[in-house]
Amino acid sequence: MMLEIDNLQVSYGAVRAVKGITLAVDQGQIVTLIGANGAGKSSTLRAISGITKASGGHIRFDGRDITALPAHAIVALGISQAPEGRMIFANLTARENLAMGAYLRRDAAEIDKDIDYVFAMFPKLKERIDQPGGKLSGGEQQMLAIARALLARPRLLLLDEPSLGIAPILVRTIFEKIVEINRELGTTILLVEQNARMALSVAQYAYVLETGTVRLHGPAAEIAVNDDIRRAYLGEH
Amino acid sequence: MKQHRSKVYLLLALVAAGILSKFETSISPYYFQIIIYIGINVILASSLNLINGFAGQFSLGHAGFMALGAYTSAVITSSLHLTPGSAASYPMFAAALIAGGLVASIFGLLVGIPSLRLKGDYLAITTLGLGEIIRVIIQSLDFLGAARGFTGIAKLADFFWVYAVVAVVIFTIANLVRSTYGKGFLAVRDDEIAAEAVGVDATRYKIVAFITGAFFAGIAGGLYAHFVTYINPSQFGFLRSFEIIVMVVVGGMGNIAGVILAAAVLTILPEALRAVAQYRMVLYAFLLIVIMISRPQGLFGAKLDWGRLWRWIGRRPSPPAEGKA
Repeated sequence: MMLEIDNLQVSYGAVRAVKGITLAVDQGQIVTLIGANGAGKSSTLRAISGITKASGGHIRFDGRDITALPAHAIVALGISQAPEGRMIFANLTARENLAMGAYLRRDAAEIDKDIDYVFAMFPKLKERIDQPGGKLSGGEQQMLAIARALLARPRLLLLDEPSLGIAPILVRTIFEKIVEINRELGTTILLVEQNARMALSVAQYAYVLETGTVRLHGPAAEIAVNDDIRRAYLGEH
Repeated sequence: MKQHRSKVYLLLALVAAGILSKFETSISPYYFQIIIYIGINVILASSLNLINGFAGQFSLGHAGFMALGAYTSAVITSSLHLTPGSAASYPMFAAALIAGGLVASIFGLLVGIPSLRLKGDYLAITTLGLGEIIRVIIQSLDFLGAARGFTGIAKLADFFWVYAVVAVVIFTIANLVRSTYGKGFLAVRDDEIAAEAVGVDATRYKIVAFITGAFFAGIAGGLYAHFVTYINPSQFGFLRSFEIIVMVVVGGMGNIAGVILAAAVLTILPEALRAVAQYRMVLYAFLLIVIMISRPQGLFGAKLDWGRLWRWIGRRPSPPAEGKA
C-alpha cells in the first residue's frame, strides 16, 4: 500500500471533523472519497498533506509515518495537493504559479518540459500565461492548481473538490484530465468529490464518508450501483 | 552571471563611497548630517522592507532592533576606548557594529517566533510591544545611562562607513530575494498555506526575514550611535518605528528601489519644510495622506502588480546602490 491511514482524527477546536477514518490507497489507482458537506473529506486530505494537523491516528506513506511532518516536508516526499478553493498565488502570473509548483526541484530543463506538458494538457492556461492567477476564471484557476501540483512531479496527487464552482462543461474536461494524468504519468490519485457520480466514474475504489467516519467502501463500480448510495448521493430513486 | 555582475556593482559602490568620503569636509555640516541620516534610513527601511514587504509580515518594532545595535556597539567601543582617527580603532568598530547586529538579530528571532502563529494586526501589536519592552528595559538600566542617555560615544561613523553598509545591505537583500531561494518569499507573502502546499518552508522564510532584517537594523543603530555620539532611549520609541514603516509603505512594499528613494525623500522632506516652521509636521502628515490616497501601492512600487515588478527587477539585476554612494 502506498498510503495507509489508520484511525485518523482531525479536530478544529471542539469540533471533531474526522472521527477515526481508516483507509488505504494502492499505487497506480484513482481512489475517491465521496460524501456530503461536512463529512470530513477535505479535512482528511488536508491532514495527509500536512496543512491541517491530525489530532489522532496515523498516516503512512510508503510505510513511513508522516502524521507529524510539516506540509513542505510532505511535498518533498512526493505528495502534492491541489487544495480546495484552489489556493493559487493570486498576485503571481500563471507561469510563476507553475514555476512555484516546481519549487523543490533543481532540474531546470525537466521543469520546462513539464510546463510544456501541462500546457498541452490545459491549452487554456497557455493563453493566460502572463495573467495574474487572481484574474483567471474559476475553471482556469482549477486547472492551474492541478497543473501546479503536477509540477512537483508527485507520486501521489491529492485533488480536493476539482469540480467545485466550475461550469458543468468544464467538469467533464477536468475529469478527463484526471484520468489522463493517472494513465500517462502513472500518478496515484486520491480524489475528494461531492460530485459522486463523476468521481465514481473515474475511480477504481471508493470510500463513502459520513459525519467524519467511513460509512462504506468498496470498488467504485460496486459503490455506484449500491441502492443506498444511489438514493443518498446520486439523486436516484 | 547575474550574481557576478551585482558583485561588480557592489565593489564599484564601495570604491565610490571611499572616494566621496574624501569630500565630506567640503560640504556644510548641516547637509552632511542629512546625507548621513539618509544612508541610515535607507538601511533601516530596506531591512524592514525584507520583513514587511518581502516576507509579508507586519513588524512595528524596528526601532527596538536599532536601539539594541546602538547600545551594544556603543558599550563595546566605549569600553575599548576607541578613538576616531586612529587606524587601529576601525577594525574594532566594525566588530562592534556586527556585535550590535547580532544582538539585534537574536531579538529578531524572539520577535519572529510569534510571527509563526500571529498574523497581520496581531503580529503588529506584538512587535510593537516587544519594541517598547526593549526601550523600557534600556531606560531602566543604569549602566546604559538609563533615561539620561549614553554619552561620549566616539564619532567613528563617517560617510564611508554608512554608505559602505548601505551598499552591502542592498546587495545582500537584492540577492536574497532575487535568488532561486528568494522565490519562496514571493510565495509566503502571497499565500502562506499555498506556499507550504508547494513545498516552501514558510516558517524558515519568516524567521530568516526577521533575523536578517533585525541584524541590519542593529547595524544601522550602531552607525547612528557613532555618528551622533549621544543616544538615549527616547530616540528609539514607537515613532521611530513608525517613520521607518512609512518609508516602506510610501516606497512600495517589496520594491527595493522604491523604498530607497522613499527613505531619501522622507528624510529630506521634513528638512525642506523647515521654511514653513511650525506647520512643517502638519504639511508632512498631509503629504503622506495625499500619497496614500492617490498611490495606495506606494509612490514608486506596485504592490498589486507584484508580478510585473518582479520581472522588472529581474531585468535589472544591478543593486541601485551605486547611484546612492
